[in-house]
Amino acid sequence: MASPLVAVRNLRTLFPVGAHSVFRAPATFVHAVDDVTFDIDEGEALALVGESGCGKSTLALTLLGLERPTTGSIDFAGQEMTALKGSELKAARRNMQMIFQDPYESLNPLMRVGEIVAEPLIVHKLANARSDREARVRAALEAAGLKPPEVYLERYPYQLSGGQRQRVAIAAALVLEPRLLLADEPVSMLDVSIRAEIINLLAELKQTRKISILFITHDLGTVTAVADRIAVMYLGRIVELGRTADVLTQPRHPYTKALLSVTPAPNPRLRKERIILKGETPDPTRLPGGCRFAPRCPVAQPLCLASDPPLTALETGHTAACHFG
Amino acid sequence: MRTKDVTAHVDEKMPPTAAKPVLSVCSLSVDYVAPPKPAAHAVQDVSFDLGRGEVLGLVGESGCGKSTLALALMRLLPPAGRIVNGSVRLQDIELLDLDEARMASLRWSQIAMVFQGAMNALNPVRAVGDQIAEAIRQHDRTIGKAATVRRVDELLELVGIAANRRTQYPFQYSGGMRQRAMIAMALACNPAVIVADEPTTALDVMIQAQILDLLSRLRRELGLAIILVTHDLGIVAEICDRVLVMYGGVTAEYAPVDLAFNAPRHPYTQALLHAFPDPDHPQAKLNSIPGAPPRLDALPPGCRFAPRCPQAMERCQQAAPALYALPDDQFASCFLVEDTAEDRRGSLDHG
Repeated sequence: MASPLVAVRNLRTLFPVGAHSVFRAPATFVHAVDDVTFDIDEGEALALVGESGCGKSTLALTLLGLERPTTGSIDFAGQEMTALKGSELKAARRNMQMIFQDPYESLNPLMRVGEIVAEPLIVHKLANARSDREARVRAALEAAGLKPPEVYLERYPYQLSGGQRQRVAIAAALVLEPRLLLADEPVSMLDVSIRAEIINLLAELKQTRKISILFITHDLGTVTAVADRIAVMYLGRIVELGRTADVLTQPRHPYTKALLSVTPAPNPRLRKERIILKGETPDPTRLPGGCRFAPRCPVAQPLCLASDPPLTALETGHTAACHFG
Repeated sequence: MRTKDVTAHVDEKMPPTAAKPVLSVCSLSVDYVAPPKPAAHAVQDVSFDLGRGEVLGLVGESGCGKSTLALALMRLLPPAGRIVNGSVRLQDIELLDLDEARMASLRWSQIAMVFQGAMNALNPVRAVGDQIAEAIRQHDRTIGKAATVRRVDELLELVGIAANRRTQYPFQYSGGMRQRAMIAMALACNPAVIVADEPTTALDVMIQAQILDLLSRLRRELGLAIILVTHDLGIVAEICDRVLVMYGGVTAEYAPVDLAFNAPRHPYTQALLHAFPDPDHPQAKLNSIPGAPPRLDALPPGCRFAPRCPQAMERCQQAAPALYALPDDQFASCFLVEDTAEDRRGSLDHG
């Protein structure tokens, strides 16, 4: 079996908070990413689902090397990312590109589409011949579904619709021919009719170009069409991980069950008993002692407050961190 | 004045047309006028009724006129906005005939609004409780200090915020709590109708569920009538009784929620539903709607959806279809339903 493109092992990214100086160690840490382990195969899309503050964006930034992990390892295409610095890190990063949430803010309003898409090539000193660069920009625009590219090259972002802008952002990521796309809520700012377009585009890139995708979102409803597997994150931990169909139809962790129950289905006949969790994710500097979901869990038992359940394999490729899962 | 009656129980299944509507909108049209540019027809000939305790979903893509319609109901349109036709009756009062002073006294006390991105609209340097108190005093100058505090606590409790957080500032609230506080403020004067413009758009699904649950409870316990403006059909399916689908400023379809989702008659409604993952085949390819909505200052001559419609006929390019009344209180503006239509008057009967 081929080794995975990305292998993350026991990754921890902690942020110190409160007063500290060179003489005194910080008293508390935000456990943004706390002991996370997962793989992404070549040409696989993994959805990372969780509420605000669960650490999913920090995890993406750590993968990119924009945040330094406290401990743990990230193996990307056979290279240990956490050991890289400077030009080596920059070269490795070329293979992983980020697509941000809001295409109204992520594109420079003063640059033309052609310039925006060419910029990564300039930054990485690739395709230095003008004709070569232009050819790559055109190919990237076409791959992102902006056809014919001549129509878009000279336009400014304000002349484009939201869906077209997000396609430009995707083209700027594709121009480097990356092996991994990190998409952080790539459709949450878009209208429903346009969401489908962008999700289909990501699914197509995965299939035809064998690009791996980490799709970060708080909305389980948007990932089903593109994700092969789903990882559910709560307070810095992955609490459930499995194939999309398994997680959707047989969720094992109470948090996943609750998330699924509140994801609106587009049909009033499918109105279901909503499991509405009280309050919000607790303060990540003061984690509960046992299972970190226990204080909000509708089925918590005394055991849950005492001991932290490990991520346990249930059946092939399906794991959950619950004593009763 | 309407008195608060928390014990009144409005059955969710009660047909909204059984009693007289609280809010009745008839043939409302709104233009944006900025000469020398041609007027943009943002809302054209929209009609609907809203009963006590009823939730109406107002759905459409960005720029379809749904927020303009919401602002027109409140008479809070920006200066370029003009209501060019129609009527808005709120409990037998014609809002469009009122002078601004009279409208100001009804606004918030009878019809209130929760704005889009409202949770960022709180004043950051004043305690949340004080801001709600101000909303109460604006409409009741005679109310005493102790009574105001009691009312603020009551409102906070109603939306699920502990009274001891009255003296806290917005930064001490989470996003979901700020949105609850905004709803408490809208409820301050016991309005009969609340217009909520994308009340959950920036929130997580779990917090969204909490807010939707709160709105359902308010309509059940207070008989509050709610207009929910959203682009998310999933939310409509969750809590609305009726849905009005707008496209390019006009009503594409207006129907009870079950019919709109399970027997949609307008191709646009059908296309919107196909853009969602199918719950039975969650991993199937999604169907997007090619093209973009029309510009409101350059509308196509015929049906506004024709340029994007997979079923468009030659006729659709030339003339705009009327809003046809179909059985079971369903309305659709499409030539395809003409044969099954019960009447062709093109607007709702307010008899």
